[in-house]
Amino acid sequence: MKILVPVKRVVDYNVKVRVKSDGTGVDIANVKMSMNPFDEIAVEEAVRLKEAGVATEVVAVSAGVAGCQETLRTAMAIGADRGILVETDAELQPLAVAKLLKALVDKEQPRVVILGKQAIDDDANQTGQMLAALLDWPQATFASKVVIAGDRATVTREVDGGLETLEIPLPAVITTDLRLNEPRYATLPNIMKAKKKPLDTVKPADFGVDVAPRLKTLKVAEPAKRQAGVKVADVADLVAKLKNEAKVI
Amino acid sequence: MSEYIAPVRDMQFVLKELAGLEQVSKLPGCEEATPDLVDAILEEAAKFAEGVLSPLNIPGDQEGAKWHDKQVTMPKGFKEAYAQFVENGWSALACEPEFGGQGLPKVVNACVTEMWKSANHAFSLCPLLTTGAIEALVLAGSDELKATYLEKMVSGVWTGTMNLTEPNAGSDLAAVRTKAEPQADGTYKIFGQKIFITYGEHDMADNLVHLVLARTPTAPEGVKGISLFVVPKFMVNADGSLGARNDAWCVSIEHKLGIHASPTAVMAYGDHGGAVGYLVGQENRGLEYMFIMMNAARFGVGLEGVADGERAYQRAVTYAKDRIQGTDVGVRGGGKVAIINHPDVRRMLMSMRSQVEATRALAYVVGAAHDAAVHHPDPEARKQNQAFVDLMIPVVKGWSTEVGVDVATTGVQVHGGMGFIEETGAAQHLRDVRISTIYEGTTGIQANDLIGRKMAREGGATIKAVIGMMRRLDADLAEQSGGKNGEHFAAIRQRFAAGVNELEKAAEWIVANYAKDVRATSVGAVPFLWLFGIVAGGWQMARAALVAQAKIDGGDSDPFFPAKIVTARFFADHQLTRAQGLATTVIEGASGALALDESMF
Repeated sequence: MKILVPVKRVVDYNVKVRVKSDGTGVDIANVKMSMNPFDEIAVEEAVRLKEAGVATEVVAVSAGVAGCQETLRTAMAIGADRGILVETDAELQPLAVAKLLKALVDKEQPRVVILGKQAIDDDANQTGQMLAALLDWPQATFASKVVIAGDRATVTREVDGGLETLEIPLPAVITTDLRLNEPRYATLPNIMKAKKKPLDTVKPADFGVDVAPRLKTLKVAEPAKRQAGVKVADVADLVAKLKNEAKVI
Repeated sequence: MSEYIAPVRDMQFVLKELAGLEQVSKLPGCEEATPDLVDAILEEAAKFAEGVLSPLNIPGDQEGAKWHDKQVTMPKGFKEAYAQFVENGWSALACEPEFGGQGLPKVVNACVTEMWKSANHAFSLCPLLTTGAIEALVLAGSDELKATYLEKMVSGVWTGTMNLTEPNAGSDLAAVRTKAEPQADGTYKIFGQKIFITYGEHDMADNLVHLVLARTPTAPEGVKGISLFVVPKFMVNADGSLGARNDAWCVSIEHKLGIHASPTAVMAYGDHGGAVGYLVGQENRGLEYMFIMMNAARFGVGLEGVADGERAYQRAVTYAKDRIQGTDVGVRGGGKVAIINHPDVRRMLMSMRSQVEATRALAYVVGAAHDAAVHHPDPEARKQNQAFVDLMIPVVKGWSTEVGVDVATTGVQVHGGMGFIEETGAAQHLRDVRISTIYEGTTGIQANDLIGRKMAREGGATIKAVIGMMRRLDADLAEQSGGKNGEHFAAIRQRFAAGVNELEKAAEWIVANYAKDVRATSVGAVPFLWLFGIVAGGWQMARAALVAQAKIDGGDSDPFFPAKIVTARFFADHQLTRAQGLATTVIEGASGALALDESMF
């Protein structure tokens, strides 16, 4: 069984991002980039499935600039067998990525696609769902446990009220939540081997996919700074302020 | 609280732009170390250092290694972290591929070692000592010893120790008294006590391989009568499995100022009939083998100055941004500000930053030269690089660690009273780095090695060549003095040129006077080591500034580059300017130092 793992290159979670002065976006020039942490969990899960003998091959895929090769190498250092980069400098929105992934699925014919539930840069939380729709496959999102047996996957999902367990037939799309697993630290021999694993580069045009953005970003702004608070004399004062000034009760 | 973030950006810059990683990766045997692979290694090593080793640093310091019944229990989490370190293959990074190592260049190992040391100085000593023992065995061990021990040591499953010091044989190893009695089967029985044995006993590995200096009964007196032996904790059976417990016991561990999680053992050999030892190489050549691998060990300790300094700097920056105290100087009626806004705090932070960057740059440049000295196809190039490495090792060891202490103490100062309180963590870096100027040869020993063996003995040939290399930078600095950052470059050029002149003057004086008046030149040895370190560090910072300017001129908008130029400027104004004073001390300093009769003390 082949597993496809889409990984996104994002601003490293340690970086404190800055909004560009013209308000068109976040300044990512000269900023440390790394793999979206949710996708790292997806790679780890796929590699564990391979180590458990459930999967036979793990293919990491990414879409974006040439620098995404590093992200794919990271996935291969964790244990993915090979990588495919759909290289483009264009802005990629979730629908475009989902279309590219569908084309890759058509080509690679995996039984399962595992990807992060969302990326920490845009927090869209759409790609997995859109991909499932385009493929007309079942989907199990926000997975905190995945068991694959035969032609079915049993997936425990993190939902608002607690946990929900779904059983879905394969092929299917699974998106990962934080508690699914704790990704390993890549070993030095595997980092070195990753460099020698195959990495193919293709272009969106090779699949005939139009990646032009459908949404327009109007403005990106920093959250408003927190205002200084005021001291209240007693509970009555607090209640009065909440009622009359804040008007929340 | 400040978390350690590996300075990968500066490491990459120094590797690529100053140490010449690309040329290193073209050396035969180093081809794997392409820049993209090295980037990946640094990223992953950073994750391990930040995520696994750093969180154990403060608890390890507080809990410390514990001795009971001749055994040592490591602080909580260390055993698991070491197992993961081994499993992830980090211990094999620079080791010979023949014995399961990855054979990566020394300069790459330097970056990764710096990370382990920044994240957890005490932890890092276990792999450092193992690497030293591996090198001794690779260098001089018989095929049988290599086959029995090396693979397990390279993988890190077994760890190594270096047993040199005895109660009466510290810096003076000629006084070693541990005995080695030859046995009929070709082995030896070892009797004696060794002290200050780093990781001489612990619970992180199945077996420990002690390398022990001892004398055979027929050995001549002094340094020419010392042999080197392998003494395993557990005997190794023919099939590689572990056998009987050897008569090598840890009878106590020391209570120390710092590196509390690193067990410093007192080892008793042969109290119960004799510890079985195996001769490494030939009898009476032990010290010679030790000295060959000493370069690597001294280089490793030099990195501790960089590493603890980096960690102290990061912690000080976090605190200075966070701590609100006072108003901006010169501003009336303004609000309270973070202390990073105060000019003196700025000065302290820049002093820390510039010295850390300078020591790192010099260390990595020397690391890359070491790779060229080993791997370069041209014998002449190998020789030149080796001469450079031999000259610079005492500077990397002595100067970087002295700077590390200065940086860590400044880190405490930035914290004010809170720096004196253990809970901020600032004090630990000072306590931990304090050993680095002492072990593997004190700063005084390094300085004596520098002026005697490395300079006077060869008439100062290599240092003259290095001074020539330094002067060749002047044309580029002059050109940039008329450029966009001309004011900075003009200052760097002036201070650097003056520093080089002072260095030359002091070096010439030492070479001319060493034979005539060794006592006077020895008084100047440590000030000279400082002088050389500062000028060599200023040299690398000037090179860094030139590269940064070239990047800026090429359209690169990374704020890293202007910051590098400013940091080089600071180093020039605050460190290179000390050259003249130090040169005076080197040349004039003996009169006051040696005049008083011993009874006056």
